Amino acid sequence: MQAGTRLIARVAGFVALLRDNGFPIGPAEAADALRLMAALDLSRPDELRAALRHLLCGRVEEWRRFDELFDLHWRGRGLRHAVKVTGTPPPRGGGLKRLMDRAGEKGAPDGVPDRVERTEGPEDTAGQGRRGGASHTEELGHRDLRSLSDPDELARAHALAARLSRRMRVRLVRRRKLAKRGGAVDLRATIRRSVARGGEPLELAWRRRRTAPLRIVLILDVSGSMEAYAGFFVRFMHGVLAEFAHADGFVFHTRLIHVTPALRERDPARAVDRLSLMAQGWSGGTRIGECLAVFNRAHAPRVVNGRTAVIVLSDGYDTGDAERLGREMAALRRRTRRIVWLNPMAGWAGYAPEAAGMRAALPHVDLFAPAHSLDSLSALEPYLARI
Amino acid sequence: MGIIDRQTIARCLSEVGYVADDSLAMALALMDHLKRPLLLEGEAGVGKTEVAKALAAVHGSRLIRLQCYEGLDVSGALYEWNYQRQLISIRAHEGRGEDPDAVERHVFSEDYLLERPLLAAIRAESPAVLLIDEVDRADEEFEAFLLEVLSDFQVTVPELGTITARSVPRVVLTSNGTRELSDALRRRCLYHWIDYPDEGREARILAARLPGIDAALAHQVARFVARIRVEDLRKVPGVAETLDWAAALMGLGIADLRAQPEALHATLICLLKTREDRASVAPETVARIAGRVG
Repeated sequence: MQAGTRLIARVAGFVALLRDNGFPIGPAEAADALRLMAALDLSRPDELRAALRHLLCGRVEEWRRFDELFDLHWRGRGLRHAVKVTGTPPPRGGGLKRLMDRAGEKGAPDGVPDRVERTEGPEDTAGQGRRGGASHTEELGHRDLRSLSDPDELARAHALAARLSRRMRVRLVRRRKLAKRGGAVDLRATIRRSVARGGEPLELAWRRRRTAPLRIVLILDVSGSMEAYAGFFVRFMHGVLAEFAHADGFVFHTRLIHVTPALRERDPARAVDRLSLMAQGWSGGTRIGECLAVFNRAHAPRVVNGRTAVIVLSDGYDTGDAERLGREMAALRRRTRRIVWLNPMAGWAGYAPEAAGMRAALPHVDLFAPAHSLDSLSALEPYLARI
Repeated sequence: MGIIDRQTIARCLSEVGYVADDSLAMALALMDHLKRPLLLEGEAGVGKTEVAKALAAVHGSRLIRLQCYEGLDVSGALYEWNYQRQLISIRAHEGRGEDPDAVERHVFSEDYLLERPLLAAIRAESPAVLLIDEVDRADEEFEAFLLEVLSDFQVTVPELGTITARSVPRVVLTSNGTRELSDALRRRCLYHWIDYPDEGREARILAARLPGIDAALAHQVARFVARIRVEDLRKVPGVAETLDWAAALMGLGIADLRAQPEALHATLICLLKTREDRASVAPETVARIAGRVG
């Protein structure tokens, strides 16, 4: 039995839909899908569903989304979550895109709590005269990110963030190579050489230990109170993910979202675009504890091991249960090598970690550092290299 | 009627004591039809490894297992030369003043080759079941190498030449999600996600694996475990734990979970395996859950 042309077109359409939704499907799989059409009992749609699911899914998230997409294509319903990932305009009234745009507006965002708004940032250099060239870049490095308003300045800051993440990569890798010392005798190669010397192992061959690279997990708070900084950190995250093979990114507000696939996009603008589609509906506070719980349960087994540095970028304002945050931090601490907590507010003059969430998290943090400027981000690099 | 017949496979599996759901039966049927490896993922303890054992039993074939770990390389997975024998042989030939090239050819012949699981699987006379367990623990380089072996079913030993498969094994890979696997490997494989069994299936598993168990107790145990799994636990009990616990209950002569709450709490060491979990499930909770299983 041969699958008819119409059927072939429908299968091809289904494969295209899945690919648009990020399923990794190659030509060989598409061809096998057609082969299956000929071998299956097509009068029973469940057979087709079960077979295609095994063939076309590659991971558990896809496995769970499959039914919905299947129904959408073959039965024309269930449109709710089937967004085309790229190219579509961002949904109304939200998303990170809006955040990025808003980051450029003057003054502190409305989401920052009163108590914080009264605190002055470090030397606000917005009013000072501008110099051109390299010195300008240097100056940008220690400027508080909130005070940047001019689109040119913003663009330069973004470029600096991307460059910074690249430099971090290069240095980290170099250190790893230089640190490679010592090793064990490689018996196989030694014997191979000894044959020429009548079986006398005169020349020993050595096998060096390869050190596994550091893994980095970035968890970024994109709630209202972090609005002014989130745009830059997203760009930084994009840079880190582009340069590190073993890096993962998450954003959270009231929910935790895995953003690595979206940020693997080469073009930063498109990456942010995709991110904004994934992370919809921010508002209603921050639930760090719950988001970390989700991270610990659903993601940590996969992305965190003894060589992972987890970097949390958050101001620690938690509308959820602070005690839970402490518990989850303790659980995460047991799994990781280092936890770094970067708090933009820690760079402000007179800041003390008073938020209940921040206080609960601090005992489990290896490094608590400010992250209000690009300089403070680059100060991280020597620390990570030592891990 | 289609060519792919999952009912037959499901029946064969249940005959060898594996209680499969329809979806898994379909995956196993597709493996044979499309000649693709099967990637199984799921929480620890849902019986991923058991699938391979059952599959080997169904086809009456040999099960060859490759346990992956960090640093696993070709010499551990594919082949290794028998160095001790090679050294002795070189010494033995030395005294006789033989041609060094001939000695070299001799010590790098098949006699001195040690088979490791991958090579054993493709050199088997009849198709074996190759279980590549916890593939996520191996390094990424190894994964790329594995992909090559799984698509060509031939390997090259530099000293010997290319060895082509005598039979194509059925390959089952399992992963616990320690590390994200590459898209290439995921594409190549059929995928199946194994969930914890529902109450009905778990009760059937208990009946299949513990022949002496009372049907009512099996259902109570299955329901109790299903309730315990939704509690906030660090280590959720798997099917193996359920089996242990049911065996313990049978050994203690407990036929009804509602009858002896204190004894019940003591037996929970079979299910809850961290100190935190033991502490978080209070005796009252146990009594409450046990009271509702009837």
